[in-house]
Amino acid sequence: MNVHEYQAKELMRKFGIKVLNGQVAKTVEEAVAGAEKLGGKIWVVKAQIHAGGRGKAGGVKLAKSLDEVKKYASEILHSTLVTHQTGPEGKKVNTLLIEEGCNIAKEFYLGIVLDRNNSKVTFMASKEGGVEIEEVVHNNPEAIVKVSVDPSTGYQPYIGRTLSNALGLDAAQAKEADAFYRGLYKLYTETDCSIAEINPLVLTGDNQMIALDAKLNFDENALFRHPEVAAYRDLTEESAKEVEASKYGLSYIELDGNIGCLVNGAGLAMSTLDIIQLHGGNAANFLDVGGGATKEAVEQAFRIILSDPNVKAILVNIFGGIMKCDIIAEGVIAAAKAVSLSVPLVVRLEGTNVELGKKILNESGLAITAASDLGDAAKKVVAAAKGA
Amino acid sequence: MAIMIDKNTRLITIGITGKQGTFHTKGSQDYGTNVVGGVTPGKGGTIHEGWPVFNTVREAVKTTQANAAMVFVPPPFAADAILECIDAKLPIIICITEGIPILDMVKVKGALARSPECRLVGPNCPGVITPGQCKIGIMPGHIHLAGRIGIISRSGTLTYEAVGQLTARGIGQSTCVGIGGDPVNGTSFIDVLEMFNKDPDTDAVIMIGEIGGTAETDAARWIKKNMKKPVVGFIAGAAAPKGKRMGHAGALISGEDDTAEAKFKVLEECGITIARSPADLGLKLEEAIKHLKK
Repeated sequence: MNVHEYQAKELMRKFGIKVLNGQVAKTVEEAVAGAEKLGGKIWVVKAQIHAGGRGKAGGVKLAKSLDEVKKYASEILHSTLVTHQTGPEGKKVNTLLIEEGCNIAKEFYLGIVLDRNNSKVTFMASKEGGVEIEEVVHNNPEAIVKVSVDPSTGYQPYIGRTLSNALGLDAAQAKEADAFYRGLYKLYTETDCSIAEINPLVLTGDNQMIALDAKLNFDENALFRHPEVAAYRDLTEESAKEVEASKYGLSYIELDGNIGCLVNGAGLAMSTLDIIQLHGGNAANFLDVGGGATKEAVEQAFRIILSDPNVKAILVNIFGGIMKCDIIAEGVIAAAKAVSLSVPLVVRLEGTNVELGKKILNESGLAITAASDLGDAAKKVVAAAKGA
Repeated sequence: MAIMIDKNTRLITIGITGKQGTFHTKGSQDYGTNVVGGVTPGKGGTIHEGWPVFNTVREAVKTTQANAAMVFVPPPFAADAILECIDAKLPIIICITEGIPILDMVKVKGALARSPECRLVGPNCPGVITPGQCKIGIMPGHIHLAGRIGIISRSGTLTYEAVGQLTARGIGQSTCVGIGGDPVNGTSFIDVLEMFNKDPDTDAVIMIGEIGGTAETDAARWIKKNMKKPVVGFIAGAAAPKGKRMGHAGALISGEDDTAEAKFKVLEECGITIARSPADLGLKLEEAIKHLKK
C-alpha cells in the first residue's frame, strides 16, 4: 500500500528522522495560510499523489512569495499530473504539501528494501541522490552500496559506518546520518514497510541532514497489525474497479484489450493473458477469482468485466482444484443470466467435477462455446472477439 | 523414490481443526497419505475426525513419529507455527497459508538457515505431491499420474495445467513441487532442481516461473552448470503490462532485466527447452524426452 509524502514524513518524524516543517492543504486558501504559518521567505508547493516523477511533471514548485504560493497552489491543485509512473491517464491532485525552503549542498539516496536474493532487509545508498534510483541501477550500479541486515542481530553500528563511508561523509555528518539509518530501519521493521526511501537525503549549506522527499510502501499482508498505517489508505488514488473487486476477494487489473478474462489462480490468469496475446488477441483485464470463489463472486466478476465497454468477448478459464467445476458452471450461468450477457462467451473447464460442470453448461441453453484445452480456448476467444 | 515425500511419510497438520485444515487433511488422507495427527493449541487430547490432536508440535512429533507437517494456520500466526515446526526439527514443513507478512518470513528464513535439517516448502503454495504415494497440499490428486517427470512451479493452478497436459499424454510425474509465489520462501528452484538431478526416479523436469526477481535466471545458470537431465521452462507474464506489477523492489536491487522476454532468453541460452505457450508444456516435454526412450 502506498501513502502520500506528507503521511510518510509524519511517520518519519515519529521515528526520529529529520524532515522539513510542512503544512497540508486541500484548498488554495489553506495553502497560503499554511505558508504564512510556516514563515520564512521561500516555500515549496508539492502535489501529493501516489507516483514519483512529480517534479518533472510540474507538480513541485518553488515559491518566493505568498502570491507565488497562491499562484502555484491554484495551478497544481485539481490538475492532472502525468508522470512516468502514473500511466497516460495521469493522477488528479487533491492535496498539497507546503514546505519551508531548504539550502541544498549535496543530495544522496537512502533506501531500504527486501533483497529477494538473500531474503534480508537491505540498505541501499548512493551519492547520486535526487535522480531516479532505477536509472542509477541500470547506468551506474557501482554507485550504489548495499548492506543487508541479519534479522537476528538487527541494525548494527558497522552498517552505518559502511553507508557513511560510501557516501563520503565526514565524522560529524556520519554521526548525524546514523540517526537516519537507525530511524529508517526501525520504521521499516516496526511498521512492515516493503519500500522505505529518502530521495534525496540532503546535506544543507549549514551542514545538516534532512529527508527532503519520502516514499513509503507497506506490506498489505501486515496492515492488520498497523491500524495507524492502514488509516493512511487513500482510495481516491486506487482504481475504483480494483477496489470494488477486492471486496469480493477478486484480484482485478484493468488492461487495454478487448477480451475479458475470468481465471482461477494468479499464475494461470497471467498465462491466460500470455496465450491470448500469442494468438493475436489482447486481454481487457487480469482477473483471479481465487481458490474458493462462490457463485456470488463469479457473478460480481462478470459484472466488473462487463463494466469495461471495450470487452467484445469473455474467456472463462478454470482449472478446478479446490474449486469445483460444477460450482463454476452454475456461477457462470447465473451470472450470464443476471447481467443478460450480450458478448460471446468461451468456457474452458478442467479439473475437479469437470464432467458435471460441462453437462451443466450444455444443458443451460445459453450460447456458450466450449473449449477443450487452453490453446483451443485462446484460439476460440480471439476469433470471437474479432468477429464481434 | 521420488523427492521429499513418499509412502513412508507420516504427516501432521498444524491447524488441523480449522475448516481448511480439516478439508485438505481429509483430501490428503483420501489420496493415500499417512496422516498421523495434528496440532491445534488448546485442543490437545481430543480426537478430530479420527486424528489425535496435540497442543504443541513437539508433543505431536514425539507421540506420532511424524516426519512431515502441513501448515494451515491463518497468516498472522503462520510464521510462529513454522518456527515451532523448526524447533521440533521436522524435516519437511509445507506451508499452504497465503498472505503471511514478509518480515515474518524474513525471520523464518533466518531460522531455517540455522537449521539445515529442516526444509520449508512455501508459503503460499499448493504443496507437494508424489503421485501414487503421498499428497501434502491442496492440489486435485486425481489429475496426476505416477511416472518419471519432476515439476517445479511458483504458481498453483499453472502447475495443475502442466500436470494435466502430461497426464493427457500418458506421461507420469515423479514429484510435483509448488514452491509458492511469495518473495521470501523456504525452497528455491535450485533446491528442487538439485533433488531432481540426484533422484534416480526422475528423467526430466518442467520448471514454471513468473516475471519479477531473478529466481528463474539463477536456476537457469545453475542448470547450465550442473543439470544432467532435460529441463522444459515456461515464464508466465509475457503479456503483463509494465509498471502494473508488484515485487518491483526485488527487480530494482538486482538491476537485472526481469521481464518474461529477458528470462526466456536466459533460459534458452542455458540450454533449457522453452515453451512460449503455456499450452505447449506437455508437447515440449514429450519432445525433450524422446531421445530417452529406447
